[in-house]
Amino acid sequence: MAEHKLTLNRREAVARILTDRGDALLITGLGSPTWDVAAAGDHPNNFYLWGAMGGAAVMGLGLALAQPRRRVLVITGDGEMVLGLGALATIAVAAPGNLAVCVIDNERYGETGMQEGHTAAGVDLVGMAAMAGWPTTACAWTEEELEALMPAIHSEPGPVFATVKVNADPVPLVLPPRDGTALRSRFRQALLGEKAFE
Amino acid sequence: MTDAATEPAWPDEIYGVLKEADVEQICYVPDAGHKVLIERCVADNEITTVLLTTEEEGVAVLSGAWLGGQRGALLMQSSGVGNCINMLGMVQECRFPLLMLVTMRGDWGEFNPWQTTMGQGAQAALEAVGVIVHRVDDAALAAETVQAATRFAFSSYRAVAVLIGQRVIGFKEFAN
Repeated sequence: MAEHKLTLNRREAVARILTDRGDALLITGLGSPTWDVAAAGDHPNNFYLWGAMGGAAVMGLGLALAQPRRRVLVITGDGEMVLGLGALATIAVAAPGNLAVCVIDNERYGETGMQEGHTAAGVDLVGMAAMAGWPTTACAWTEEELEALMPAIHSEPGPVFATVKVNADPVPLVLPPRDGTALRSRFRQALLGEKAFE
Repeated sequence: MTDAATEPAWPDEIYGVLKEADVEQICYVPDAGHKVLIERCVADNEITTVLLTTEEEGVAVLSGAWLGGQRGALLMQSSGVGNCINMLGMVQECRFPLLMLVTMRGDWGEFNPWQTTMGQGAQAALEAVGVIVHRVDDAALAAETVQAATRFAFSSYRAVAVLIGQRVIGFKEFAN
């Protein structure tokens, strides 16, 4: 990791990814990625996790299998991802073509005091996903590399695993709604219409 | 374990209940007690099966499935119950329906002492995080109990676990 510097701003990176979201369904991992997505703008098909650490990617899997015609994005953090590393194997085997998991990797546990995480010590999540069998994997350290990730994240056959390396600069706290029942009902109504309440 | 000639009817009956209830995703960590049901689901083109590395993944997968309009069920052994606890907090907070079918170890006539703590603690652990628990100790009642649990889960938006006792499954024989 020594040859790289963390230069990307997490808010700008997440906002850039979501500019091209189209009708994608989005799950966010708890902590900073949830705040980043909220800062980019609320949407009824955003489902924000405020807990369930380690569950974001596999929640995206279940959603992607249920909605094979819709793109499903998971935006989560490196700490949340390493808590559920088995998801790399589970998703590789299930192999949903419409799922993209994007890890916003600041190499820190941002909510708990910015302690260094596993990726700071060189653990390579993209390499692990590739070895697990994800057909498309990529990592972005720069704006140009982030730009080049967009087709993979939004349209290429998945499952897609992408890491965006971001710096640890402080960003304003932006909190989305946190009522789980309200979030799940509005998500389902936006997706399923009246069938959401059957 | 039982051989083909004496294969019990309850796994097929549960499979029928799940089909009747439009269950389309089955998440599982393999267990001998669920062997037949897993085989039925894997062979069914209308059911998507997800092989998990750990049971808590299934709690999240099926939350996502229901967000997307599909019903599912999570199959596991009682030793997997403890792995699910924190993830079940999301299910409670969001009122996601969740159907868990748990085959018991550390239960009736257990041989392996290492199964005992989680097996004996499974019901209390589930109830501690708000999961509604039904127990089955008579094979003849397995299907109707799963049917009731399925209705409870998906009509009342609750996490419901059916614990299928070792008395139903039979002893695991270690001797040849």
